[in-house]
Amino acid sequence: MAIEKENFSRRDFIKNSSMFAGGVVFASLINPYKFVFATKQPKGKGKWYGIGIDIEKCIGCGSCARACKIENNVPDDPFFFRNWVEQYTITNDERILVSSPNGGIDGFKQPVPEEDIYKTFFVPKMCNHCAKSPCTQVCPVGASFESPEGLALVDQSYCIGCGYCVQACPYGCRYIDPVKGVVDKCTLCYHRLEKGLDPACMMACPTGARIYGDLNDKNSAVSLFLKEHNCAVLKPQLNTESKLFYNDLSQEVH
Amino acid sequence: MDKIQSLYEALTKVDGFIYPNELALNWDMLIVMYPYITGLVAGAFILASLNRVFDIKALRPTYELSLLTALSFMLVATMPLITHLGQPLRFYEMLITPHLTSAMAIFGFVYLWYLMVVLLLEIWFDYRYDMVIWSREKKGFMKFFYKALTLWVSDTSPESRKTDEKIGYFITVVGIPSAFLLHGYVGFIFGSIKANPWWSTVMMPVIFLFSAMVSGIALVMFIYMVVSYLRKQKIDMNALDTIAKYLFYILIIDFTLESLDQIHRIYEADESFDILKILVRGKLFFTFFIMQIGVGVVIPLATLGFLQFKKPRVRIRKLIYWIISICVLVGIFYMRWNVVIGGQLFSKSFYGFTSYKVNLIGGSDVTLSLLWFIVPFFILAFLLWLLPPWKKAPPIEIPEE
Ligand code: SF4
Ligand code: SF4
Ligand code: SF4
Repeated sequence: MAIEKENFSRRDFIKNSSMFAGGVVFASLINPYKFVFATKQPKGKGKWYGIGIDIEKCIGCGSCARACKIENNVPDDPFFFRNWVEQYTITNDERILVSSPNGGIDGFKQPVPEEDIYKTFFVPKMCNHCAKSPCTQVCPVGASFESPEGLALVDQSYCIGCGYCVQACPYGCRYIDPVKGVVDKCTLCYHRLEKGLDPACMMACPTGARIYGDLNDKNSAVSLFLKEHNCAVLKPQLNTESKLFYNDLSQEVH
Repeated sequence: MDKIQSLYEALTKVDGFIYPNELALNWDMLIVMYPYITGLVAGAFILASLNRVFDIKALRPTYELSLLTALSFMLVATMPLITHLGQPLRFYEMLITPHLTSAMAIFGFVYLWYLMVVLLLEIWFDYRYDMVIWSREKKGFMKFFYKALTLWVSDTSPESRKTDEKIGYFITVVGIPSAFLLHGYVGFIFGSIKANPWWSTVMMPVIFLFSAMVSGIALVMFIYMVVSYLRKQKIDMNALDTIAKYLFYILIIDFTLESLDQIHRIYEADESFDILKILVRGKLFFTFFIMQIGVGVVIPLATLGFLQFKKPRVRIRKLIYWIISICVLVGIFYMRWNVVIGGQLFSKSFYGFTSYKVNLIGGSDVTLSLLWFIVPFFILAFLLWLLPPWKKAPPIEIPEE
C-alpha cells in the first residue's frame, strides 16, 4: 500500500540538515501559519474526506464498532477501539450519565427507569480526521501524518510507540497496540477506500446514520448531509478543524 | 500479558465515564522519572554556575561536585524515555528524521547540545590541568587513560591554565541559558498539549524550570553531605548555609509560580475546572496536598525560613539540612508525578476518572524507574573516583583586567 507521505525521509533530512540550524525560525518567518500546524490545508483538487454522523438515526446497535474490530484486527479487549458508541442519558434531575460498555459492541442496557429519563441518545465516535490535527503535529518522527485526502494515518513501520500522539488527541481516538508496541487508530478503512469500497463501519450501519465522502465535491453524500442539516463538531474550541460532523449534537457531548 | 490483566482490573475501578481508549495510561512512572532526572541535571548545573559566573565564593567547595552530579544524571536522562517506548530500538529515528513541529523531537538536539557542548566541555576544561598532572603520577593503564582523557594536550603552563579558566567561564555563560532551555523544553512537552487542560498552560515551562533548580540544589546539598560523611571530612558549613539560602529563595519563587498557576485556574474556572477540582481533592489528594505541597514546600520553607533568622548548633543544622534536602527531593518527585500521572487520571470527556496502581513488585515501569534513579549514583561514585575534586590543584588566580 503506497501512501504519499508528508513527513521527512532520511535522505531529505540529510539534504536539509544544513538548513536545519537556523531553519526552524526561518521557516516560521517565511510561512508562519504552516509552521503552526503539522498538516496541510486542502489543495482544492482531489478528494478531501469528511464524515457525517446523524445522531437522530443512530439506534446504538454497535454494528459499526463490531465491524471495525473485525475488519481492522483491533484487539478484542474492551479498551482498544478505533471506533465506539457512547450512550448519553440525561435524567429528570439533570444528571448526565454516559456509558460505553465494550464500546457498545454488545449493545446497551438502560439502567435508569423510563420515568426518570429526560432524554437519551447514542453518539458514535471515531477519529475526526482533523484538518489541524494535534496528533500529527506532536509526533517526533513524523510517523503520524496526514494523507493528501485529509486522513490522519500512522506509518506503523516507523512509529516508535512514544504515545505522545495519544496524549495529544483530544478525543481519545488512539491506542497503543499491546502486541506491536506502536500506535493504532481509525484510517477510515484506507485500504478499502483505495479499492473503491466503503469503510467497514459505514457498510455495517443498518440505519444509514454514518455518511462519508469528498468535501470538495459539493454533490457528495457528506456535502449534501452538511447542506441539509445543522451540524456541529466536537470540542470546536480546540480548533482542531475536525472533519467529523454530527447532526443533532447535544451540548452535553464532549 | 499481565499488562492486559491489570487493565481488566482497572476497568472495574473506573469512576464515571472515560473514553474506552483512555483506560491504559500510556505514560507511566518512567515518564515521571524523565522530567525528574532532567530537572536534577539542570538544577545541579545552575548551582555550579552560581559559583562560577556570579562568583559566589562560598559555593566553591561544591562546584565540581555539582558538575559531576549533573553529568551523572545527564548520562541516563534519556533512558527512562527510551525504555518506555513501544519500540525502543527505533529511538534513533527521532534524531535522524526529526519532525520539526514536535516538541519531543527537538528535545533530542537540546539534550545533545547540553551534554556534549556544555557539560562535557566545561568539565574537561575544568579538569584538563589536573588530568595532565595525574597522568604523570599514575602508571600503566591509568596513565594512558588520563592521557586519553586530556586528548593528549599536555600543556601545564600558567598561560594554558588561564586559557582553560577563560574558556570554562565562557562555556558556563553559554551553559546557563542552555540549562534553562533544557528544562524549559521538558515543560513545553507537557505545556503544549492543548488536549489536556491539566498540562496546557504557558506557565508549565517556567514552573518546571524553577522546580528543577529546587530539586537540583537539594540533590547537591544531599550528595555533598553524604560524600563528606563517607570521606570523613568536615563539611564546610558556610557552603552549606549558602546553598540552603539559595534553596530557600528559589523555593519561594517556585511556590509562588505554582500557586499563581493554581489560583489562575481556580479563578478562571473554565470548562475543565470541575473535573480538575475533583481530581485534586480526590485522587491526587495525598500526592498533591500532602507530598508535593506539605513535604515538598511547606516543611522546607518553614524550616529554612526559620534558619534565616536563627542558627542552631552545627550538628543540628546539618541534620536539618539533610532532612530538608530529602523532603525537597521527595516533594519534587511528587510534583512530576502529579503532572504526568495526574494529567492522565481524568478523562478528556470530563466525565470521569481512571486509576493508576503502582505495582511495586510486578510493574516493570517501577523497577526500571528505580534503576534509572540509582544508576546515576554509581556513575557519580565512579566519576568522583576518577576525577576527585578534592585532589585538584588549587585554582589559579586570574588578575583583574
Ligand atoms: S481525532 Fe484525534 S487521532 Fe483523529 S485526527 Fe483528530 S487528533 Fe488525530
Ligand atoms: S506513538 Fe508513534 S505515531 Fe504516535 S507520536 Fe509516537 S511515534 Fe508518532
Ligand atoms: S451501526 Fe449505525 S446505528 Fe448502529 S451504532 Fe453504529 S452508527 Fe449507530
